Amino acid sequence: MFGAGGGTSSYQEIEEADVVLLWGSNAREAHPIYFHHVLKGLDQGATMYAVDPRRSSSAKFADVWLGLNLGTDVALANGVGREIIAAGLQNQAFIDHATAGFEAYRDHVEPFTLDYVEQVTGVPAAAIAEMAHAYATADKAQILWTLGITEHHNGVDNVKSLCNLSLLTGHVGRWGSGLVPLRGQNNVQGGGDMGALPNKLPGFQDLTNPDHRAKFEAVYGTPLNPEPGLHLTLMFEAMEQGTIRGAYCIGENPADSEADSAHARKLLSGLDILVVQDIFLTRTAELADVVLPSSVGWAECDGTVTSSERRVQRVRAAVPPPGECRHDHEIIGELARRLGVDWGDPTPEELWDELRSLSPMHAGMSYQRLADEGGLQWPCPEMDHPGSPFLHGWLWEDDLGGRPPAPFSLTDHAGPKEELSAEFPLRLTTGRALDSYNTGVQSGGYDNPIRYGDALDLNPDDAAALGIVDGETVRVSSPRGAVEMAIRVQPDIPAGLAFTTFHFPELVDINTITNDEWDRESGTAEFKAAAIRVEKLRHG
Amino acid sequence: MTLPTNPSGAASEVNVNLTVNGQSVSVPAGTTIHRACERAGIDTPTLCWAENLTPVNVCRVCVVEVEGNRTLVPSCARAVEEGMVVNTDSERVRHSRRMVLEFLASGVDLDQAEGLRRWLDEYEADPGRYDQDGLPARTVYEEPKVQDNLYIRDYSRCVLCYKCVEACGDDAQHTYAIAVSGRGFDARISTEFDVTLPDSACVYCGNCIGVCPTGAIQFKTEFDLRQASDWRPDEQTVTQTVCSYCGVGCNLELHVQDERIVKVTSPADHSVTHGHLCIKGRFGWQYVQPVDAPTRQRRP
Repeated sequence: MFGAGGGTSSYQEIEEADVVLLWGSNAREAHPIYFHHVLKGLDQGATMYAVDPRRSSSAKFADVWLGLNLGTDVALANGVGREIIAAGLQNQAFIDHATAGFEAYRDHVEPFTLDYVEQVTGVPAAAIAEMAHAYATADKAQILWTLGITEHHNGVDNVKSLCNLSLLTGHVGRWGSGLVPLRGQNNVQGGGDMGALPNKLPGFQDLTNPDHRAKFEAVYGTPLNPEPGLHLTLMFEAMEQGTIRGAYCIGENPADSEADSAHARKLLSGLDILVVQDIFLTRTAELADVVLPSSVGWAECDGTVTSSERRVQRVRAAVPPPGECRHDHEIIGELARRLGVDWGDPTPEELWDELRSLSPMHAGMSYQRLADEGGLQWPCPEMDHPGSPFLHGWLWEDDLGGRPPAPFSLTDHAGPKEELSAEFPLRLTTGRALDSYNTGVQSGGYDNPIRYGDALDLNPDDAAALGIVDGETVRVSSPRGAVEMAIRVQPDIPAGLAFTTFHFPELVDINTITNDEWDRESGTAEFKAAAIRVEKLRHG
Repeated sequence: MTLPTNPSGAASEVNVNLTVNGQSVSVPAGTTIHRACERAGIDTPTLCWAENLTPVNVCRVCVVEVEGNRTLVPSCARAVEEGMVVNTDSERVRHSRRMVLEFLASGVDLDQAEGLRRWLDEYEADPGRYDQDGLPARTVYEEPKVQDNLYIRDYSRCVLCYKCVEACGDDAQHTYAIAVSGRGFDARISTEFDVTLPDSACVYCGNCIGVCPTGAIQFKTEFDLRQASDWRPDEQTVTQTVCSYCGVGCNLELHVQDERIVKVTSPADHSVTHGHLCIKGRFGWQYVQPVDAPTRQRRP
């Protein structure tokens, strides 16, 4: 957002917000301790609007649930923007000072009238207007989102349309107001920060910028390839085209986690060589030519991870790794040695200090400070810098900190790629359940009383129309495949929609039927919207 | 350009002056007497108080004498006032604290309430003087409730401090799976209609265990080791790290005995968790245990 890849606000700020838009996020289950901070805000009188096709456990804490039709987020956001402008509630002083392209945005959203948006989204016009007015007139307001926004073929447009609302109202760049994409993995923020992006060096420095590269080349002692690499989705396309013939996969399980996973498995199996470095023999590892067993990053190895509020924190070894498992950095160092480069045997702290010397936003974060201060939020450029609770304060500075103004984006409504049909009349969406996590390689290891396994949630009316009862095993098909799974009849899910988790691929291989259409800018697949058919199993 | 609101963190630092045990103390307005005592280096026993919970004022073990007040006041909840004269060590305070501790210890099993046992000694409490026919006057006795693999509830150890109820409810989790039911000797922490925990609204965050001062609600791992006389806290290491699930960055304290994780807590003073976790952080670590532990996954 506005040139930095991170949530703008710290957790404490949501406790002080007046209006919360929880948009495409079931934080109550997917980010439970962040939701504690949200609840503190609600207890102190904040108003929450939950935008979600499902009446999720998070939505039940909201003042208003806006149960939109799946994939109509851009239309809703543009409708909110239009209503704010129509009511004269935009923050014109902020717009004039800090943004560019307002007039074009105003003209672009003009057709998104309340009536039109109600028709597209299924959300009553009065609820849209109420949310728009509440957000625009709040002293402090935040928009929180997760994969309900990003896992669409137009996920980037979804994000941009939400950013527009913050620019329209000045709800960004100051304490209590902001844009908060909640991170799904304990170090997905840190991974990007460390340069695990095709076009970035650590600290979001640009790979294609010769000055940025030169700094790294001096320390690394080798020239760097200036050509950006491929993101995961493009890698699979390259496998399909035969331009990628080998892969080295560290701590990822694409054979289960990719949409249309049967296709992904076929591509992985067809490689000349697949190396998998993981703590488990995952389904991906089962396809590998070489498996490098590694230690558990948060309990068997020292290092750092970075959270959703950009807080860098220490992880520490508490137990020794089993058998022949080695730390990731040692495996990579050993591999380099076999390839003819000796990096020595640096400790995690030495590696971190090298990173600090290259990434200005991490420079002030010594291991000692991270331990003493409960972690630090980037940017933290100096040893006496306290870290940054929120980003983009420059939007409020007189000269914008010497930067260009933040641009409005023009986004258009485009529903899910896969349209419903007579053959596939139901909409399937997937998400997380409280007790489990992703493909279950970690969370599958403990039993608990609230686990219900993988079941397909269906509205009582849909179930009745199909003659299906709660708990019945059915066949669920999409244009890509079919699985058998049990039905959970749920009044909280609207008619026409079906929901399931993706935590138990060994029980229900759900990603063999999800849609692998993907966003051309982010590379993220449309896990959130496939067209399916549910059928009774034939007996006898 | 002018900001509509000022960045937080600049709380009003108006100081209040008071006297504690004859010593002058100056603390920010709004500070509790308990906190002011702490600043003055005076230790105060507490039971129902915790830094991550709102005071409920039920245990009365932290009471102090405030000049001009008819009754003793709970220091955990009462805010300081300008010119206040506080006495924490008068005979009246010591007597009251001793009585409270004796009553509690005579009624329930405090063997595992390590924090509290120190105060029983300090105040020379003698719960044995309520024994009848040589037996403790235990008003609460029942078998531990073992209903799943994550928690046990042993109400013989419960002093009804309400901490678990607060952590399950308004102060953290907002699940409201437990409350106090019954009156007098029949008062118990209970699920709705006393259903089993798996049948209740409980989501197994373990935040009740995190705040329980007596072991009345306990991790099953700890309970099993104690039953086997194999709970050895002196030999355990505690390592602070970050949870591997989701991106919130919850700090975990891994309690390790014989290279096995035996329980997980979180620091109450950390800005991310305030000591509270979810089921995954609290219990989702089985896969790290040595391979003889029950595990779905094969470790290479």
